[in-house]
Amino acid sequence: MADASWLSEIPQLSRGDLRDIRKYLDTAYRDFSREYGEMIEGFFDPLLTFLVWFEKLLLATPWWLVIAIVAGLAYLSSRSWKLSLGVVISFFMIGYFGMWDNTMRTMSIILVCTFMAIALGVPIGIAMARSDRVQSVVTPLLDIMQTMPAFVYLIPVVMLLGIGKIPGVIAVIIYAIPPVIRLTNLGIRLVDKDVLEAATAYGANSMQRLMGVQLPLAMPTIMAGINQTIMMALSMVVIASMIGVKGLGQPVLKSITNQYFTLGLLNGLAIVALAIIFDRVSQAYAKRSQRHLGGMDNG
Amino acid sequence: MVESDNNSAATTLIKIEGLYKLFGNNPKKYMPLVHEGKSKDEILAETGHTLGLKDINLTINKGEIFVIMGLSGSGKSTLIRHFNRLIDPTEGVIEVEGTDVMKLGPKELEQFRRHKMSMVFQRFGLLPHKSVVDNVAYGLSIQGVSKSESKAKAVEWLATVGLAGYEDQYPAQLSGGQQQRVGLARALCTDAEILLMDEAFSALDPLIRSEMQDQLIELQEKLHKTIIFITHDLDEALRIGDRIAILKDGEMVQQGEPEDILLNPANDYVEAFVRDVNRARALTVETVMKDPAYRITASTIEDALKQMKGFKEDYGYYVNEDGYQGVLTEETLQAAFDDDKKADLDSLQYEDLEAISQDAVLETVIPDTLNSQYSLPVIDDDGKITGRLSRSTLAEVLGNDDKVTEEKPAEPKSN
Ligand SMILES: Nc1ncnc2c1ncn2[C@@H]1O[C@H](COP(=O)(O)OP(=O)(O)OP(=O)(O)O)[C@@H](O)[C@H]1O
Ligand SMILES: [Mg+2]
Repeated sequence: MADASWLSEIPQLSRGDLRDIRKYLDTAYRDFSREYGEMIEGFFDPLLTFLVWFEKLLLATPWWLVIAIVAGLAYLSSRSWKLSLGVVISFFMIGYFGMWDNTMRTMSIILVCTFMAIALGVPIGIAMARSDRVQSVVTPLLDIMQTMPAFVYLIPVVMLLGIGKIPGVIAVIIYAIPPVIRLTNLGIRLVDKDVLEAATAYGANSMQRLMGVQLPLAMPTIMAGINQTIMMALSMVVIASMIGVKGLGQPVLKSITNQYFTLGLLNGLAIVALAIIFDRVSQAYAKRSQRHLGGMDNG
Repeated sequence: MVESDNNSAATTLIKIEGLYKLFGNNPKKYMPLVHEGKSKDEILAETGHTLGLKDINLTINKGEIFVIMGLSGSGKSTLIRHFNRLIDPTEGVIEVEGTDVMKLGPKELEQFRRHKMSMVFQRFGLLPHKSVVDNVAYGLSIQGVSKSESKAKAVEWLATVGLAGYEDQYPAQLSGGQQQRVGLARALCTDAEILLMDEAFSALDPLIRSEMQDQLIELQEKLHKTIIFITHDLDEALRIGDRIAILKDGEMVQQGEPEDILLNPANDYVEAFVRDVNRARALTVETVMKDPAYRITASTIEDALKQMKGFKEDYGYYVNEDGYQGVLTEETLQAAFDDDKKADLDSLQYEDLEAISQDAVLETVIPDTLNSQYSLPVIDDDGKITGRLSRSTLAEVLGNDDKVTEEKPAEPKSN
């Protein structure tokens, strides 16, 4: 009878064994972070300096100048007065309701994260598009990054680097980078084979093919990935605030623990406003830069 | 095989020997099967490998338009992509101007593609994100030619193909015919000696297509490129080709000058191609006139009558130092002979009979040939008689063959 117990109950590691394994892995990782934590922190120092500087810059810039610059960028990339006006109004409201400083902090971290995600993600996507082997290794990693709850990978990051901006940035990037990688890969793989063949036939080397044909033709897809990445980075703001990233996330966190509904709502709306602005501006830019691909329309 | 006419001094530019291409994961392993002579279908069933090309041998001469024909899937695109190594062969030798293309390293191959060959594609292959003029200049920009220089050249070539004023449009804003002109201009812009054209005109409607053919022929008269042209349309092949090669299931079934293919198809497959061709439009007089010319060159009636006796017919073409004069019948000669056999032939009454040019297309001489009771004398550019065209020859050439009516072979289908 006892032999057949595995039929009704799943075979299980004994509690003691499990504890030993956990303990072993935990101490191993702790030792690792003690050993190398400082070195790795040192490695990220320049990034930290830059983050602090950029945040200070945004905070020190007069509010009207920030609004003017953002509205100007929105107009340049979309050529739409409505969008620019929307930017001015939302930023003004944000300031009016006392969320200006936090919004600047969030914006600085989001911008830095997005640029890092692009700087890392596009090359990784290119590498994936070039080699099936790289693709088969990276794809499951991306799957894990996208499905693993953010809290879980916060733990080792915090153990390694403590609480602060850098672990926040790393967490945001891990969470937000998959779309840009995936869509860069996809975009390049979907480039019309005929066009690529034509480039090869005229003697283009692999760099000329990449810069002259593959990336430009993949650009709409890559832009969609970047857009997704920005959105995901913004949605990570609240979670990142749990590990000490200052910004719009912190008041939200505070409102949850203290049940401040209005405070939470206002800060949440500010995040939404940022998201909408980033989204519309990046999409309008993508559309405008790809307009000739569409054909006869002259939109 | 090549007739020794005026271009007998042709120099070989491209030589292909024993070319095999087996598509699949492990082609080398299954090549023995190919050499055993297994068919394309057998090899596919047994190994999952597709036999793309089998034992292709050909030479292409400088300055000629070499047409490769075959039904869909016969390996035309595969073959033309071997010339610039967009596809690597499984076995075989590809030589261009004596250099073995297979021995080129990656850098040399790039240089080779940049300077030796350019290509026009069936589906145009234009860069949709670049303006028309940048597309035309693409080859030069790849070579690192300065922007202003390549642009100037591109503008020139665009004008040559009749697209002046379209410089700043994007490909998507042009019609198919216009896009292919851009493709042609792009190919010509690099000044490469060899032009590869893979079904360059197949995607165009018939009117635009024949316009493009005319343009190509016209350009070729000026540029003297070596053109390798792929088509599945025999009319097109006959119209522009100096020589034609026909592929079937990756094998070369016939190679030769257009008339060869038309008049002596090697097998039913070629025959099926040939049947739908309007021969009257495709053949010139020279290619079909078999009969010897009945030239009467004597100066006296007696000699003339002697010459006439050697002919199969009872008439001949009178030729003096001014060239062809007219037709003389035996009857007239006999009568004159009875009169005065030493008389001068010039004094004799010969009948007027319009000669036809040997370069004339058959279609244009049908009425004259049918209306005349005699065969028509054929003359060359200098007015010399080179042969004659009889009503029966014409009928024989133009009449449809009844040999191949039992089974209806596949029509050359488009695409
Ligand atoms: N990359 C490839 N992998 C496997 N098989 C291929 C590949 N390319 C071509 N083939 C096979 O080789 C044969 C010849 O193809 P090819 O494209 O050369 O034909 P084609 O004569 O150009 O036809 P079409 O007139 O339709 O363009 C076909 O049977 C095709 O299936
Ligand atoms: Mg083809």
